[in-house]
Amino acid sequence: MSERFIASDFDVVVIGAGPAGLAAAISAKENGAGSVLVIDRESEAGGILQQCVHNGFGLDTFKEDLPGPSYAQRYIDRAAAAGVAFLFNTMVTAVSRDRRVLTSNDRDGVREYRGKAIVFAMGCRERSRAQIRVPGTRPAGVYTAGTAQRWVNIDGFLPGRRFVILGSGDIGMIMARRLTLEGAKVECVVEINSYLSGLSRNLVQCLQDYDIPLLLRHTVTKIIGNKRVEAVEISAVDERWKPVAGSERAVPCDTLLLSVGLIPENELTRRVGIEMDPLIGGPVVDNRYATNLPGFFGAGNVVQVYDLVDSVSSAAEIAGRSAARYAAGTFAADCGSMPVHPGKNVRQVVPQRICPASLAEDPIALQLRVAKPLEGPVEFRVIGGDRILVRKRFPYARPGEMATVMIPKAAGSAFRETDEVRIDAVPLAEGIE
Amino acid sequence: MKDRYDVVIIGAGIVGCLTARELAKYDLDILVLERNGDVGAATSAANSALIHAGYDPIPGTLKAELNVRGNAMWDRLSSELDISFRRTGDYVVAIGEDEIENLKILKRQGELNGVPGLELIDGETARARVPALNPETAAALYAPSAGIVDTFGAVIAAAENAVENGVSFAFETEFEDFIFDGNRIIGVKTPRGSIGCDWAINCAGLEADTVMHKAGARPDFRIRARRGEYCVIDPEYFTLDTVLFPVPSVKGKGVLVFTTTHGNTVVGPTSEWIDGKTDAAISAFGQAYLEENMRKLVPTIDLRRTIAVFAGLRASGNARCLNPAVDYVGDFIVEAAAEAAGLINCGGIESPGLTSAPAIAERIVRILREAGAALCERSDWNPIRKGRPVMRRLSDAEKQRLIKTDPRYGKIVCRCEMVTEGEIAAEIHAPIPARTYDALKRRTWLGTGRCQGGFDLTRVVEILARELGVPVSDIRKNEAGSEFVVAETKNWSGE
Repeated sequence: MSERFIASDFDVVVIGAGPAGLAAAISAKENGAGSVLVIDRESEAGGILQQCVHNGFGLDTFKEDLPGPSYAQRYIDRAAAAGVAFLFNTMVTAVSRDRRVLTSNDRDGVREYRGKAIVFAMGCRERSRAQIRVPGTRPAGVYTAGTAQRWVNIDGFLPGRRFVILGSGDIGMIMARRLTLEGAKVECVVEINSYLSGLSRNLVQCLQDYDIPLLLRHTVTKIIGNKRVEAVEISAVDERWKPVAGSERAVPCDTLLLSVGLIPENELTRRVGIEMDPLIGGPVVDNRYATNLPGFFGAGNVVQVYDLVDSVSSAAEIAGRSAARYAAGTFAADCGSMPVHPGKNVRQVVPQRICPASLAEDPIALQLRVAKPLEGPVEFRVIGGDRILVRKRFPYARPGEMATVMIPKAAGSAFRETDEVRIDAVPLAEGIE
Repeated sequence: MKDRYDVVIIGAGIVGCLTARELAKYDLDILVLERNGDVGAATSAANSALIHAGYDPIPGTLKAELNVRGNAMWDRLSSELDISFRRTGDYVVAIGEDEIENLKILKRQGELNGVPGLELIDGETARARVPALNPETAAALYAPSAGIVDTFGAVIAAAENAVENGVSFAFETEFEDFIFDGNRIIGVKTPRGSIGCDWAINCAGLEADTVMHKAGARPDFRIRARRGEYCVIDPEYFTLDTVLFPVPSVKGKGVLVFTTTHGNTVVGPTSEWIDGKTDAAISAFGQAYLEENMRKLVPTIDLRRTIAVFAGLRASGNARCLNPAVDYVGDFIVEAAAEAAGLINCGGIESPGLTSAPAIAERIVRILREAGAALCERSDWNPIRKGRPVMRRLSDAEKQRLIKTDPRYGKIVCRCEMVTEGEIAAEIHAPIPARTYDALKRRTWLGTGRCQGGFDLTRVVEILARELGVPVSDIRKNEAGSEFVVAETKNWSGE
């Protein structure tokens, strides 16, 4: 993937060369796009996967347990073979409604590219200390888990020797293990909720296997230390997240890692005026990953933060295909879509709109998160009017683990009699209606 | 650092730096001593960044005089030094009819102080001008001369202009004591040795009392630190193009909602007396206080959209106003020390200290002259300082020209604030070099956006190490002891 002279006009321009951008670009090519350009601020493709040297990637896609860079490499190789063009070390600074993409780098300076279709694949960013407003001083030694991961895995530096990790997100748990393997001491992982926010498998493989305590329903109530973190104060919290007076204790450490959530990175999307889902922080999309602005598509964590890269790749493939069709003029702008609302016990659902007509071609996957842990058997019900259109049962449902409900192709006719649907999560212990 | 200067200025905050810049007009050898590693690292780095109109101080106080005089000086100062400054005007907002009387008192007070253009407007007019205001706004006092300034930009600009005119700065060099000959100061002691001088100027901010007590001056004067916490709101979510004050209370000016020259909206400050003079921590109490009080002015702001929190310490003094007709405690001190010849003290420079700073510098020159200093104007003094390019403010054509001269200006390192590697390198090699992450942050605004350094931190640390020619493990957030990484992963032996 050498950087030769690059034309200015492409069928599809993809912003971001992480797993979403790669899968979207390959899919666009495979679905007939003549020219596809992927732009990324890094010097290579793969996005955050390059610093995820742990395994656990590809179980769905390849039926193999791969480290992040290996998972990325498979897509990088496919993209090269498909003839996708890449532009690295380049920041996209703005996108216009007529699909001009403004970039800046140290080779061409400020330069504009044009796409017949645009795929947003900028991924997500980590929530920072300010967003959770941890009280205390502002010394060195307070980092997001991803920053620490980059230092350790890419740059080769240890950011501290004694850690407390706030938040039970996946990157935090993975870094707890990684830092322990590097010889650092991880005192504990502190989670304000009464449940884990990351995957259960990471609790076992990253914390329990290394005897790292997980303190549920606790939080960091103060950062102590003027130049460098010297300790953090940890307190128990009540069910409304309020610290319990008298429960606080100081835990000496030199670093506080934050793993307190990820936010879709959508400054470009917002500025071009695309309709956003305020709860999720991503663009409102239909099942073809089309936004409300014609020619603009969302792929991967830009749309919502996924648990697994495999899900990112498969969603991005649909977005890439849609972009290719849009560029070719074969994309139905008005597909007669209807809204999908999160119902009982459901916090969010993607896509936010579905086109029943698409069912003629493919089943539709509804990806959702419940609002609270439902530890017994759960039935998800897609409801239109007063009819249950689709049911799917799970042994449990947890906010940290995304659930997928497929609408089969055969359900197409049932959707003709309704103009909106909602999805409920019903604990079966409450009885079957 | 030489062993003798004509003038030693203690403290490189806004007052010290503007004083250095002003004195550089004269044929004097000047040294600025600073205990921190950078200019403006304490109170000057964390405040409301407002140029107050001057209706707030009690008429007859030094605060009132220097506020109004200082306010008028900022146009010329900002144009000479290339500082971001804008006269936005400000509003004191009366919520409910009960508060209107207070506005009238403030207006009269402002007129006595000489504040130009004060205008009492009704609630409807106020809400038409500032639609985000509380619907219960009954009236507002509008002060057109109020403004906003890039505070740290002002400090660095003044310091650079001083350096360009021959002033020396000694960082990480703490003032320890004075050296006397009889009752005349002839030098100062520092951990790096003694420095002779004819004049010492105390611009030590929070420690101004400690410094003057070393000379036996004003033994009853005390500075207490009063903490102010702030929240910066995500500009994608809410922006405001003016400055809103509640009606002031005995506790101070209250929680404001204001915009910065950078375009962010800020809510704050709190007002809390603290023990000691260093605890600029964020408190749960302070955050709750802001939440409760800012709703009074702008009920629709949601503090969950905060992208940054910070706190600063005000240097609040207990000096009685020297004007016998005015009964006020907490006035500025700007005077020649009665107890020690050769010492000029500034003390209790809390709000409106930033606004007043140019007027304080001007007054210090007058005091020096009255005390007999030989002030001969230099023919080669250059009042102009040119700021370095700020990429996000340039047109595409201007950007392109700059990138041609140095391609690093094309490489964006901070995504949210669009700061390039070229700008970072320029600051590291500037007249007052940025040598730490916080120093770069204050100068370029990198890391101040939504992701709060999530993307740029590791990269900026790398650039600092490369440009300074030191290992990554030497790169600090601010002072010694605030290094970011502790070791190379393959090169330490554990505990």
